[in-house]
Amino acid sequence: MSVAENTPLFDAEDLRRQRAARFERFGKWLLPVAVMIAMIWFWDRLVVWNEIPHFILPRPGLVLETLIKDWPMLFDALLVTLQITMMALAVAVIGGVGLAVLFTQSRLVEMSFYPYAVILQVTPVVSIAPLIFIYVDSRTAGLLICAWLVAFFPILANTTLGLNSADHNLRDLFRIYGATRWQTLRYLRLPSALPYFLGGLRIAGGLALIGAVVAEYVAGTGGIGSGLAFRILEAGYRLNIPRMFAALILIAMTGVVIFAGLSFLSHMLLRKWHESALKRET
Amino acid sequence: METKRLGQRPPVLEMSNVTKTFNGDVVALRNMTLSVNEGDFISLLGPSGCGKSTALRLIAGLTSTSSGRINWAGGQSQNDLGVVFQEPTLMPWATVAQNVWLPFRLRGQSYASVKDEILDVLRLVGLEKFLDAYPRELSGGMKMRVSIARSMVTKPRLILMDEPFAALDEITRFRLNNDLLQLKAKIGCTVIFVTHSVFESVFLSDRIVVMAARPGRVIREVTVDAPYPRSEAFRTSAEYAALCREASEALHIAMGEPA
Ligand SMILES: Nc1ncnc2c1ncn2[C@@H]1O[C@H](COP(=O)(O)OP(=O)(O)OP(=O)(O)O)[C@@H](O)[C@H]1O
Ligand SMILES: [Mg+2]
Repeated sequence: MSVAENTPLFDAEDLRRQRAARFERFGKWLLPVAVMIAMIWFWDRLVVWNEIPHFILPRPGLVLETLIKDWPMLFDALLVTLQITMMALAVAVIGGVGLAVLFTQSRLVEMSFYPYAVILQVTPVVSIAPLIFIYVDSRTAGLLICAWLVAFFPILANTTLGLNSADHNLRDLFRIYGATRWQTLRYLRLPSALPYFLGGLRIAGGLALIGAVVAEYVAGTGGIGSGLAFRILEAGYRLNIPRMFAALILIAMTGVVIFAGLSFLSHMLLRKWHESALKRET
Repeated sequence: METKRLGQRPPVLEMSNVTKTFNGDVVALRNMTLSVNEGDFISLLGPSGCGKSTALRLIAGLTSTSSGRINWAGGQSQNDLGVVFQEPTLMPWATVAQNVWLPFRLRGQSYASVKDEILDVLRLVGLEKFLDAYPRELSGGMKMRVSIARSMVTKPRLILMDEPFAALDEITRFRLNNDLLQLKAKIGCTVIFVTHSVFESVFLSDRIVVMAARPGRVIREVTVDAPYPRSEAFRTSAEYAALCREASEALHIAMGEPA
């Protein structure tokens, strides 16, 4: 028998890798879903076995029912929270990137203002929020400021790092070719900063949501045009626990969707050239 | 290509008594004098820390001399220099064509207006099929070719190369040595080439400037009279062996060891 006849198309390692890839593909979705189903089932059993009343811990089915029944009201609230979050994120991107560019263009500006950016970041937003609502008349503006305060720092810090991490030899090359400041920024520093900026943006997306929710708790007033956090507070006062759970689920899902959306954006922008977006062989 | 005698060709650059010190006490380069003429291929050969990179950075204007002068014949203008570093130093977010476009782009020239030049130089380095590839899709040798293409695309008066092939394997390195000489013949550029390798310097250059460290200085100049074009056959000739021995001896003296 010749060797060629016996040579398998795939060797053992190929097969193992294929198996691993298949497992990876399905496992990534199936396992978390399985865990969730198990948890929900366990939650349901816990309530039934211990005969917990629904105003302490509602059964999952009741939460779902409430979510559907209260959908119009919860959805409106979701839109309000989402609007604040997105606006805060947008302002954080503009402010964060703008400041980062300013910092890298002028050492003087950076030395003067960077410490204050850090101070703003390390001061918990809950402690500043009440003051903000005293001085700012518009509720929306107040919420926006709070959400922006938490969201902008990761963008500022990451973008600054990215702008400064442009390859040194490339910088020399730009100098040798007589590039202007603007050209160096546009063609070298900004592209170098993109992966860092996107990393900061993903963190900022989650933080903007947290900022919006926390600020709403502090703002506290209700009526029309109030967001999910206020609905949770309000439901809490009325001991409407199922609605609290329903609103909570909506907030968590919003956070996940924001994160997934920004991750996707990041992947699309970097997939052609950046290490983080490349698929590994093994 | 005909060989012209040294000194007959018009000058490009003159370094006279150039000294560079860092922090007042580290003498990176002392009293370096070098005249570069059009069409020269000059190698700077020497042990680590003898100021080879410093010399290139001074010529490129990235640092200023502590004393002495560097004069460009006819004054320096923007398109006088091309540079190749030890790493390919490509922009990872840009395609091969966009990377080679860079020197033009920084002068405000649109891609369409210089497309022919870009295609020509990429054809010369054998990468015309990789216009739209990203650097990560290329091998180390191919990336270096892109880097060389970028340095030559504007037809600069002088190209500085700082150990461009040091990180490559021997086979790729030999091939790139041959290709570099062909490119130089076609484009007609002037090159200052930094290397640690005696063989590379003899194969490539018509003048080898041997340098010593602490303080960085020129100790010897070896003239390689072999005519261009040089082929693989030159590598096995007696003349080549003799020149390698001469350069090696100079290098040993530079390192403070008996030859
Ligand atoms: N920016 C700097 N600050 C202080 N010292 C420096 C600086 N750049 C170079 N030197 C010193 O100058 C000397 C020459 O350095 P240079 O980089 O020119 O050497 P080289 O010949 O290129 O060495 P290698 O072959 O290792 O690249 C070294 O002693 C180095 O420590
Ligand atoms: Mg060096």
